[in-house]
Order: sequence, then structure tokens, then C-alpha cells
Amino acid sequence: MSSITLPAGNDKPVYYEIDEHPHPEGHSTLLGFWIYLMSDCLIFAILFACYAVLGGNFAAGPGPKDLFDLNLIALNTAMLLFSSLTYGLAMIAMQNRNLRHVQMWLAVTGLFGAAFLAIELYEFSHLIHIGATPQRSAFLSAFFTLVGTHGLHVTFGLVWLVTLIVQLGRHGLNPANQRRVACLSLFWHFLDVIWIGVFTFVYLMGML
Amino acid sequence: MSAATTHAEQAEHDSHGIEIPHASYRDYTIGFVLSVILTAIPFGLVMTGALSPAVTGVAILGLAVVQIVVHMVYFLHMSPKAEGGWSITSLIFTIIVVGIMLSGSLWVMSNLNTNMMPQAHEEMSQIP
Repeated sequence: MSSITLPAGNDKPVYYEIDEHPHPEGHSTLLGFWIYLMSDCLIFAILFACYAVLGGNFAAGPGPKDLFDLNLIALNTAMLLFSSLTYGLAMIAMQNRNLRHVQMWLAVTGLFGAAFLAIELYEFSHLIHIGATPQRSAFLSAFFTLVGTHGLHVTFGLVWLVTLIVQLGRHGLNPANQRRVACLSLFWHFLDVIWIGVFTFVYLMGML
Repeated sequence: MSAATTHAEQAEHDSHGIEIPHASYRDYTIGFVLSVILTAIPFGLVMTGALSPAVTGVAILGLAVVQIVVHMVYFLHMSPKAEGGWSITSLIFTIIVVGIMLSGSLWVMSNLNTNMMPQAHEEMSQIP
């Protein structure tokens, strides 16, 4: 705390900033994006709560043990984990101001993300093919909503990733693009954190 | 103040304005190795069925919490100092809200399940 010095004479003391301090462009973007992620976290928390409440209502239909293939889920988890690592390498490349490497690692991250999505879509289509559709039971409605919302987030992450690679090719590593890469990094790692909850709570707990 | 200096100042502010957390090979390697281990153990436990279901359940939930913390620290670069403490503040707030919401929903709904379905209980008690 700074002490307030009363000016001599009749000048009134000033208790607030008269001159606006600088607000450089984007100085609060990362924090704002973090707060968006926290609100996204609430969406997932609600879907997890729905799954926890409805997950046991099979309506005489198939349960987790009849439907889930843990080998597939392990492969999926590996895809997402590798993509987190390669995104980290993109962040390090950005720190070293190496544009080509940033683009390359982002592309590799995108490939792992696309592989994750492909496996998830294969799982979903297999489930729907054998009649385990979202309409079948409350358990399946909750399952498709929760896992599908995560998959939708990964899809939008991929769209963002491709856009960013093009943007980087056009404008290079300018401050705005650096900010965007850092924001997508938060988003991507956040999706991995949500996936930990999904594979533990939905798939592994379901198989017990 | 001339236009040139304002421009220079603006550029300086731009580069100083973004506080991208420092990334290092060390952080990402530690984070990745720990996550691989913390993922492999629960999958192994469930797939082999080495422990009883109750013990496995507690173990994989515990490991998931540890892995989430690992991701937060090594991948999301979460620390009490990041963004002047505001990101950890919002994180703690979110955890509190999520905790109240999850435990409250489960509590209320399990109470409803117990109290609203007397027939199910009667049927259960009639099963020899």
C-alpha cells in the first residue's frame, strides 16, 4: 500500500488513477479463455451428474459390460495423450520462434485428434448398428450425450487447429497468432482432462 | 508525442501484453510419462481384474484425480501465481461449484430413488 501524501495548499488529494493505465491488446485473453473453460467444465459436470444418476437405468437393455470394448478405449486414450504431448512440442517450437515446427507439430496433433474422433465415431456407429441407440435406455441417452459432447468439443478443436495452421502460414508468429496458439493449447489439454473423467467414470467404472 | 514513438510503445506493449506460460521439454516429458503410467495402471487393473471390484473402483478414482492434477500442473501450467492468482481462484471456485452440484445431485436423486419406488422394495423383499 502506498501512503497518501496530502499536497500542500488547497489542492484536493487524489485517491484514484486519473490517467488510464495501458490495456495492451489481448492482455487478458488467456485469463478470459480460462474462465470460458471453467464454464465449459460446468457443462461437463452437469452431464457427468446426469450420467451418474441415469447410468444404472438400462430399461432391460444392454449395459456397459455388453457394449464397451476396453481395448478400443485404451487406444483412444493413447491417441489423445499423444496429441497432448505433440501440442506441447508445438508450444516449445513457438517459444523458439520456429514457425515450420509449430505448423508441423500442430498438424501431427490434428492427426492424432482425427484418429481419436474416427475411433469414437466407429464405436458410436457400432453401438447404433447393434441397436444400442440413444433412444434405447436412459443409460444410453446419458452416455451418448456425455461422450458425444466431448467428441463435439474435439471436432471444434480440430476446426480451430486447421484454421490456425492456415493463419500461421499467412501471418506467421505475430502476437495475435501466438495468443491463439496458447488459447488452443488450453482448450486441447482441457479436453484431455475431461477425457480422464470419461474413461475412468464411464468406461472403467462401467466394466467393474 | 510523435506517432513513431506511440507505435514503438504499442509494439512493446503488444509483446509484453501476452503472458504465455513458459513451456519446457522437462515439463511436457514429466507430464507425459506420469500420464502414461497413471492411465496404464487403471486400465490394467480393470482389464486383468487383479483386485476386487470395490478396491479397483476406489483405486481408479484416486488415480484419475492424481492424473487430473498432473495434467493441470504440467500441461495447463496451472500454478498459484499464473495470471496473478486469478486462474487458480476461478479453478477453485469451479471445483467447489462442481463438488456441490455433483454430490447434491447424487444425494437428492438417490433419496428420490429410495423413497419413490416402494413397489420395487416390496418386490425385492418377496424374492426368496
